[in-house]
Amino acid sequence: MDPDDVRRAITRISHEIVERNQGLAHVVLVGLQTGGVPLAGMLAEACHRIEGVEVPVGTLDVAFYRDDIGLRPVLPEAVTEMTFDITGKMVVLVDDVLFTGRTIRAALNALNDYGRAKSVQLAVMIDRGHRELPIRPDFVGKNLPTRRDEMVDVSAQGVMIGDVVVKP
Amino acid sequence: MKHLLSISDLGADGIDEVMRITDSFVEVSERAIPKVPALRGRTVVSLFYEDSTRTRLSFETAAKRLSADTMNFSVSTSSVKKGESLRDTVETIEAMGIDAVVVRHGSSGVPWQVAQWVDASVINGGDGWHEHPTQALLDCYTIRQRLGSLEGRHVAIVGDIKHSRVARSNVLAFTALGAEVTLVAPPTLMPPSLAGWPVTVSHDLDQVLPKVDAVYLLRMQKERMTEALLPSLREYTSGYGLTMARSNLLPEGALIMHPGPMNRGVEIGADVTDLPNTVITKQVANGVAVRMAVLYLLLGSGADLVA
Repeated sequence: MDPDDVRRAITRISHEIVERNQGLAHVVLVGLQTGGVPLAGMLAEACHRIEGVEVPVGTLDVAFYRDDIGLRPVLPEAVTEMTFDITGKMVVLVDDVLFTGRTIRAALNALNDYGRAKSVQLAVMIDRGHRELPIRPDFVGKNLPTRRDEMVDVSAQGVMIGDVVVKP
Repeated sequence: MKHLLSISDLGADGIDEVMRITDSFVEVSERAIPKVPALRGRTVVSLFYEDSTRTRLSFETAAKRLSADTMNFSVSTSSVKKGESLRDTVETIEAMGIDAVVVRHGSSGVPWQVAQWVDASVINGGDGWHEHPTQALLDCYTIRQRLGSLEGRHVAIVGDIKHSRVARSNVLAFTALGAEVTLVAPPTLMPPSLAGWPVTVSHDLDQVLPKVDAVYLLRMQKERMTEALLPSLREYTSGYGLTMARSNLLPEGALIMHPGPMNRGVEIGADVTDLPNTVITKQVANGVAVRMAVLYLLLGSGADLVA
């Protein structure tokens, strides 16, 4: 996917978020550190273009909630910024790549500590499969079959597997 | 990294990494539910052979906010009263299955000794006149929070340097991060030798105060003063106490710090604690987050912080 493909996927997902939640009145976006944060920002911009509504955007670092603490080095990459209460809100978690689902499991636990959301939805740019937990995304940029050992990189510049640009 | 015994275990990069992780734990501490599951199932023991309010409670709070279990040991209610040796006590506690032990002891070097006896991580919670690394880390964090960085800053450490483990750890930490340190005390309260200390020395507080970004007051340690080092506490206060009048000599924005517990009216004027640049309670609040970072780095992260 090139930068235009990423932009188009963002626009489509924004429309889907608006449709699913019948507007954006109670929607908040939460980007997961670090890959989900720029995507959450792009989604918020797109939502603003579509509905003219400023959607609150938070960022979440799930390091302290991971289930592999002690098994490998787990350090926070950035400070969590959740400046709003999520009680009663429709929370859209945003991440770049959905893989085993363990990060999302940790994020769901972390969200609990910020209030009781009315619902939690998941938006990802890439779903690469290999799930280890019963977690599925609500909004997907692209389903991308991969091998377990491949590296997938998502940015505003596009999506790559290793050094190879992914076809849209 | 397995143990935190001395600030020199960390070096500048290690201190910076502790500060970075502390930022995340400050965020945790500010939440409605200030608790994360990071150290679930781990056990942290406080082994305190000396009295303490803030260090012990701070470590205990930090461990609990990480969801670790805590055990508390204090000499006055333990079998130490029946003559149990330090080694037997430590091995008994370890047999119960622990992951970290915070050691405070009146003799220098005890945490190093304990580290040789146990498999658990050992954290120095203050050993004699020697070191108190987590105090230095929380002081660095507090200065960084208020002044941005320690690089090129000038800190005066004032008071009973001779008996102060806080001064030793802070000199190591502040200078590692690029600050200039001046020690201010009457000659009798200076260590016998300062060879190898990257500091300057003054005996005139009034001359130093106008030039500093932070003044760090040490507690007059009456319990460690076995010799007649001072004519009287009043004489100390008149020369080295930070009275309200003296605090006016400080530049605008300079911080006033104290590790606690304070002797109000001795090393610090009773009303000085209310000044806007006095960060003594901020130091205590940051202490919890810094100790969460230390516990997490030793027990959870798997990170290698060796200097």
